[in-house]
Amino acid sequence: MSAAEEIVTEAAAVEAVPKRAMTLGYGTSLVVLAALILIPLFVKNFIIFQMTMLLIYALAVMALNILTGGSGQFSLGQSAFYAVGAYTSAILMEHAGMNYALTLPIAGIVCFGFGFLFGQPALRLSGVYLALATFALATAMPQLLKLGYFEHWTGGVQGLVVTKPDAPFGLPLSQDMWLYYFTLAVSIAIYVASVNLLRSRSGRAFMAIRDNEIAASAMGVDVALYKTLAFGVSAGITGVAGGLGAIAVQFVAPDGYTIQLAISLFLGMVVGGVGWLPGSIVGSAFIIFVPNIAEGISKGLSGAVFGVLLFLVIFLVPHGARQVAIVAQQLAAKLKKN
Amino acid sequence: MELFANQVLAGIATGAIYACMALAVVMIYQAIDHLNFAQGEMAMFSTFVSWQLMQWGVPYWGAFVLTVAFSFAAGIVIERLLFKPLAKAPILTNVAGFIALYAIINSVAGLIWDFTIKQYPTPFGSSPFLGSQLISTHQAGMIGITLLMLLLLFFFFRFTRVGLAMRAAASLPESARLVGINTSWMIALGWGMASAIGSIAGMMIAPVVFLEPNMMLGVLIYGFAAAVLGGLSSPFGAVMGGFLVGIFENLVGTYIPGVGNELKLPIALALIIVVLVVKPAGLFGRAIVKRV
Amino acid sequence: MLSTVRIAAISAAITAVAATSTAAFAQKKYDTGASDTEIKIGNIIPYSGPASAYGVIGKTEEAYFKMINDQGGINGRKVNFVTYDDAYSPPKAVEQVRKLVESDEVLLVFNPLGTPSNTAIQKYLNSKKIPQLFVATGATKWNDPKNFPWTMGWQPSYQSEAQIYAKWLMKEKPDAKVAILYQNDDFGKDYLKGTKDGFGAKAASSIIMEESYEISEPSIDSHIVKIKAANPDVLLIYTTPKFGAQTIKKTAELGWKPLQIITNVSASVGSVMQPAGFDNAQGVLSAAYAKDGADPQWASDPGMKKWSAFLDKYMPGADRTDGGYVYGYGAAQTLAKVLEMCGDDLTRANVMKQAASLKDFTPDTLLPGVKINTSATDFAPIAQLQMQRFKGQKWELFGDIISGDVPSE
Repeated sequence: MSAAEEIVTEAAAVEAVPKRAMTLGYGTSLVVLAALILIPLFVKNFIIFQMTMLLIYALAVMALNILTGGSGQFSLGQSAFYAVGAYTSAILMEHAGMNYALTLPIAGIVCFGFGFLFGQPALRLSGVYLALATFALATAMPQLLKLGYFEHWTGGVQGLVVTKPDAPFGLPLSQDMWLYYFTLAVSIAIYVASVNLLRSRSGRAFMAIRDNEIAASAMGVDVALYKTLAFGVSAGITGVAGGLGAIAVQFVAPDGYTIQLAISLFLGMVVGGVGWLPGSIVGSAFIIFVPNIAEGISKGLSGAVFGVLLFLVIFLVPHGARQVAIVAQQLAAKLKKN
Repeated sequence: MELFANQVLAGIATGAIYACMALAVVMIYQAIDHLNFAQGEMAMFSTFVSWQLMQWGVPYWGAFVLTVAFSFAAGIVIERLLFKPLAKAPILTNVAGFIALYAIINSVAGLIWDFTIKQYPTPFGSSPFLGSQLISTHQAGMIGITLLMLLLLFFFFRFTRVGLAMRAAASLPESARLVGINTSWMIALGWGMASAIGSIAGMMIAPVVFLEPNMMLGVLIYGFAAAVLGGLSSPFGAVMGGFLVGIFENLVGTYIPGVGNELKLPIALALIIVVLVVKPAGLFGRAIVKRV
Repeated sequence: MLSTVRIAAISAAITAVAATSTAAFAQKKYDTGASDTEIKIGNIIPYSGPASAYGVIGKTEEAYFKMINDQGGINGRKVNFVTYDDAYSPPKAVEQVRKLVESDEVLLVFNPLGTPSNTAIQKYLNSKKIPQLFVATGATKWNDPKNFPWTMGWQPSYQSEAQIYAKWLMKEKPDAKVAILYQNDDFGKDYLKGTKDGFGAKAASSIIMEESYEISEPSIDSHIVKIKAANPDVLLIYTTPKFGAQTIKKTAELGWKPLQIITNVSASVGSVMQPAGFDNAQGVLSAAYAKDGADPQWASDPGMKKWSAFLDKYMPGADRTDGGYVYGYGAAQTLAKVLEMCGDDLTRANVMKQAASLKDFTPDTLLPGVKINTSATDFAPIAQLQMQRFKGQKWELFGDIISGDVPSE
């Protein structure tokens, strides 16, 4: 048990992703955007609902991606922030009669504050310890939500039913269609803001901390501030996603925000590629559709089929959708040369 | 006062469950430097295997030994087949692999053995232990087995060549390879041992919580908490952590008015986080010095 | 020449088709999901996740309708039973139900499981006027035909069952000091409320302790120790099966013998009483509305023989101790009865009308004397229970069949 053995060079938990590589090219972005705008015009309402959920989970996955891929902190507690956002929106809408659109920024701010505060003790923890702390938060949240003291507001174990908004100004859109475009607008705004954040001074500070915390602090980065800030931003975006989720599902209850949700969001991040923001939508598609596919293959073994599919994905592309994108890019470059 | 003593005793009895599982958690952490989320499910599956053997007429201790051997082999096979190919992948991808393994084992066990709870036998009987009705002979036996495993693990890591090599492989893989340690096989061995310890934990826990595919869901959370509280690098700390979590949780539930009972798990976890903030390596763990 | 013949043939065919179809229109009426050959039924249930134990119910119902189809279907139509996994998550439940309604185009949604999932889909289904029929949860709120005319329960409500226990205790043990152990969720809280309502003014003096536990706890020993310290003489066990078995076993280990009453949800002989130990379970009370598949007293019962034959043929290897097989069979049989009553008028409105006109219907699996009755103002199909006491290796029924309808607020 020599002293040398106790000194460990801590490898960065997350590999370095250069900031340009965290986004999509211009052309590709436009194609994806066009698809997201046009597809709902041609499909059934139920698919529009699924696409709304796709965007909402993509937002939540992206929020985790900013935290983990951006600042190198790991969280298994995103479901807690999602729940706080959902309940904030639901309570404001149902008890205070507030307009749904106005509840979202409030949900975001409440969650930002919550995440920022949670980031304080999390500062002292890293790796598995941080994983356990956030995991604890996720398991505690449903129990807090059904606590008798808040029952008047939260509806306790029964939850709260939320009214779905109609399209404004008499627009000839169904509720589902309107909510989808509303969600799309919110998502694009948050995505653009996030990309800009990561390209800004703060974003560079996040990444410096991710790659080497001690070196970052030596360069004058206020490590504590930026780490807690990353938690706050991530929680805030997750909160907005939670608020949108409550409106889309029209119901909030403690059972909707268990650790399962946090695990799903985590899987979404890994499948989409850690640190690659556009991958969030791929990850979100994975967590929404793959369980349905697994169930289609076998009802009794749907869990096992899901596990096998997940293994296949991580065997083929351990770096997630980002890896696919990089390979595609190289192929395209080769083709151009030829 | 009597209630206090009773709750502490009941806490020790429940804590033994957590301690048992925490040992398996520490074992895998020593081998792969990470927590395995499928650990509980692997233990559950092993326990079902032993139950099945007993249904086929194998006597208890025979089934016990066969199951431990099976679990050891299964742990190695799982590592070689599923996680060796991921050795070069990022850590978070490995964590996703654990989650996939969890889903597979849980689902397969449910299909084979159904979800109804099953009675699981104990070799120690369940009469009161030393006149106290709070601790049964089974729980006393479980504590005994846990301490025995702890002792064996201590000797293994401290005095055997393989144990030392495994520790070296986990903490300094590069240097370990330089001195001729096959680090890859050390990891597989760690998986095997963790799986074997987990199977013993499962067989000890099942008589108390009953055997069913979801029996380890709650236990694993507490096992993690116990191991982290005691220090992931210390088997002794993990066992102590298990008892502490068990006692503390009971006292919170009994004595904090109003919210204590409903929030005993969150309060217990919050306390663990406070401990970690003060002592980041856990109560009995060695502090790790970071180097740039 | 040829062409005129052909035209004549075609026009004859057309008249023939027109004739049959007008005849059909006189009596046959269909909504989406029903046709001359098929009735499409939707269902959601957790097949994955922590509540996957309930998946058995969905599988039983699927097998039941397969049997019906093999026997020729319902009024000549095959039943197409589409069932999806909601993983016990309300957002997933909404997604899957919308898929059933908008993509699979089912006639009705049958036996969706769990209070949270059903609450999440209730508004949607009612606004679309699609039956949410025989939901698999015992909350009282499903019996509310005025506000939710498209939603109907099936099993007795948790609250009415709890009221029966309270009333029985007031009569038989008026000075009882009662402790309640309940699961901290919608299920446990409904029982708690029912018990308090049942005791009425005596609730405060009779109930000396209310202790809740979380489903994530591995063992509930410490709660039992705490309850014992308060020294009650009656223990009401409002838990799911695993924790029910733990409670009965632990009280015996502590050498403590209060009068124990366990919820019907956890009264299974095979999956609670036996694991807890038959010796420990002697004298435990409960109430029942259905027969227990593992209870030997029903071995020669004609209804249970049919159930058993069904399992042998359509679900070989089924674990008979699992109450889900009895539950799913009974619920599916009730739906089959309603669809049969609908005749050729398979509109959603008629399905609800027929479901609300069940008179003394008795599925094979219900206790003798327990009957299903519904009306336009009574959307609680099963409202009767009978008290039972555990003796030897089986339940002994005693007392009268008690009706415990609780009107929804």
